Amino acid sequence: MIAEAGLAALWLAAACALLQLVMAAIGLRQTRGETIDQLFAAVRPVAIVGGLLTTISFACLIAVFLRSDMSVLLVAQNSHSAKPLLYKFAGAWGNHEGSMLLWVTVLGIAGGAIALLEHRLAERTLVATLGAQAAIALGFFAFLLAASNPFARLDQAPADGMGLNPFLQDPGLAFHPPTLYIGYVGLSVAFSFAVGALVTRDVGTAFARAMRPWVLGAWIFLTLGITAGSYWAYYELGWGGWWFWDPVENASLMPWLAATALLHSVTVLATRDGLRAWTVMLAVIAFSMSMLGTFLVRSGILTSVHAFAVDPSRGTFILALLALYIGGAMALFALRIGTVKAGNTFELLSREGALVLNNLLLSVILGLVLIGTLYPIVASAFGTQLSVGAPFFDKTIGPIVLILVAALVAGPMIRWRRDQWSALAGRVIAPIAAAVIALAALILFAPFKSVLSLLGLAFAIGLAVASVAPLWKRDLRRAPLFTYGMVIAHLGVAVSLAGMASDSAFTQERLVAAKVGDPVSIGPFRVRLEGIKPVIGPNWSGLEARLSIQRGDGAKFIMRPEQRFFANPPTTTSEAAIATRLDGQLYAVLGQPDTGGRWQLRLWWKPFVTFIWLGGVLIALGGALSLIGRLRRERRPVLRERYA
Amino acid sequence: MNRWLIWLPFIAFAGLLGLVATELSRPTDRTVRSALVGKPLPAFALPPALPDKPGLASAMFGQGRPRLLNVFASWCVPCIAEAPHLMTLKREGVEIDAIAVRDTPDAIRRFLMRHGDPYSRIGDDKVSAAQLALGSSGVPETFVIDGKGRIVRQHVGGIRADDVAGLIDTVRSAR
Repeated sequence: MIAEAGLAALWLAAACALLQLVMAAIGLRQTRGETIDQLFAAVRPVAIVGGLLTTISFACLIAVFLRSDMSVLLVAQNSHSAKPLLYKFAGAWGNHEGSMLLWVTVLGIAGGAIALLEHRLAERTLVATLGAQAAIALGFFAFLLAASNPFARLDQAPADGMGLNPFLQDPGLAFHPPTLYIGYVGLSVAFSFAVGALVTRDVGTAFARAMRPWVLGAWIFLTLGITAGSYWAYYELGWGGWWFWDPVENASLMPWLAATALLHSVTVLATRDGLRAWTVMLAVIAFSMSMLGTFLVRSGILTSVHAFAVDPSRGTFILALLALYIGGAMALFALRIGTVKAGNTFELLSREGALVLNNLLLSVILGLVLIGTLYPIVASAFGTQLSVGAPFFDKTIGPIVLILVAALVAGPMIRWRRDQWSALAGRVIAPIAAAVIALAALILFAPFKSVLSLLGLAFAIGLAVASVAPLWKRDLRRAPLFTYGMVIAHLGVAVSLAGMASDSAFTQERLVAAKVGDPVSIGPFRVRLEGIKPVIGPNWSGLEARLSIQRGDGAKFIMRPEQRFFANPPTTTSEAAIATRLDGQLYAVLGQPDTGGRWQLRLWWKPFVTFIWLGGVLIALGGALSLIGRLRRERRPVLRERYA
Repeated sequence: MNRWLIWLPFIAFAGLLGLVATELSRPTDRTVRSALVGKPLPAFALPPALPDKPGLASAMFGQGRPRLLNVFASWCVPCIAEAPHLMTLKREGVEIDAIAVRDTPDAIRRFLMRHGDPYSRIGDDKVSAAQLALGSSGVPETFVIDGKGRIVRQHVGGIRADDVAGLIDTVRSAR
């Protein structure tokens, strides 16, 4: 019954989306009249009901997974009754159909949220936006209902399910995909806003102010999702570490880069009414990158270690959706943007100019990631098989990130409209001095490894100093919340960059074959293999090594890396043990035994590696503060108008 | 802004779409290309796996006639499935040698009695050394070695009925 209810809700939600699109289209064709007002008034409630229906449908899917209803095909294929409750729950989106339903649910909720919360935008533009949102949703509804029904039943229910891929049986599954999806699909709102504004030719500060919180919100989730995914890939062995330039990772990075650029350009549009066409284009590109990423990952056209739901036959369907939406939006852009009046212009040395530089550099990075990701497809079209990996990306993107960081040092210190080079020079002297001193100290005292990581550390320190400059000599209680947001987000960039550079410059690795009782040393630690014993979990059995570790004369502590054997489906996973200290992480992995009773042990000491994710969290926190600050400030006049 | 320039994003996207569509419509090629194809057989010399059959060394290949080299094990289920097709190849006049991986004489003898014996020689590869040298990652795998002792083809996995004709062609054309 629950599955049928879910399917019914899904069909009804699709009908709502169709209704929403048709009403918006009819309404926008006419210019005035009573029908128009009635149509416009009805679009909002329909969008809200549609959002509720998709939520109900998704709740039904969760319910069949929690109840382990094996008569539902998807549950039988991806779940198992002996699985811990958390993974029954999160397993609902650990597969193709479920994750597409999650995607559509976020899309529906986003549409409902625009209808419910957006009161600043001109009515016609809002209706056009909701129409665009409905059009996107319809395509994905069609995809779900025609090609990937998550509620399909089996005639004969099996005794038990086939289980969830053990690599996915991790708390990360409960957090990482939903946050990432909220981010991806949240960008659809920016896309719909852009399409709406192009339809009504209404691109200006009001449009930018209305769009900004949505972009910011999606970007916060995207940042958190990527940070969480990066940490998950880091502690799950075999996924290549915290960043691997894998196509799936790049698929999440590209929308993030576009959204980061959009976030900055929309500020120029909101504050100074400049960069109209560019901002609209970026809004289109950001969500296009989300869809392109989904396509690349799902179609199996690129090979990835993170792809868990590959089906080439479905690729064609997503490709058709891509052609329709991205192609349509870009054609609309080309047809309409000429008729949108140009916004304000500005001097080269101004905050606007700095933000343009930020956008240019982010776009170049985005372009490089896109080229690197797609190049294997281009090469394969010409008959060569190759893969593009870290060597390409590190060499091309590393230097540009450094230039971007340099721009980021100066950017927030430059005034809007116009500024003086001499005045700017006085302001940037402190961060530049900090970076130079740091660089000198590193060259003198640190073991030299690579120029890029040394420069990365020095630049990070300079940026950390520069990022707090906007609060310098200001009344800290009166500084607006979004200024704090900016400061913390930029500080987060510095912290994250420091973590990445430190990891690549100072990480130490040891691979040993150790007998029980053997001592090993790694970095500042002395490690002793105390013993190996069998352990048993809820749906796995395993072997656990006991390592006792001492740093200098400090207290001893124990680490327990494991090998786990899952029965459904039969898989062996390696559970790394990680000890986190203020200045880094000790990472231990238990490998295979050899015939002489020795065990393979792999140990890493990674100084300050945690800064990578700490920085990511800071960036998201900065975004959240900024979002709250903006909403508070912009809510005030609206409230005053309403209750005056 | 230039009237044509604003179509650039659309055109770039259309190009990308065309590329991806052609790539998607092409049948996926799952052939494993061995880096050793075209190279001479790596050197190995294995003792006999059975007392009544000669062992196998790389020097025995490349004496003018193409041969098949089958990597198998008595404990491997797909090897049972491919056994009748190896017998067919033998009846067609193809000469087949084998490397038995991590196996015992008793088990090999039982396997050959039950599923047929297409092999002229069987080398005993106790620790998978020869298998690894050949770049073979599992059992069964079959190599076609030409008359000059070079690897012409690597067939990964069991031989199925529809592979037989292709293998015979490869052997006949490998002089």
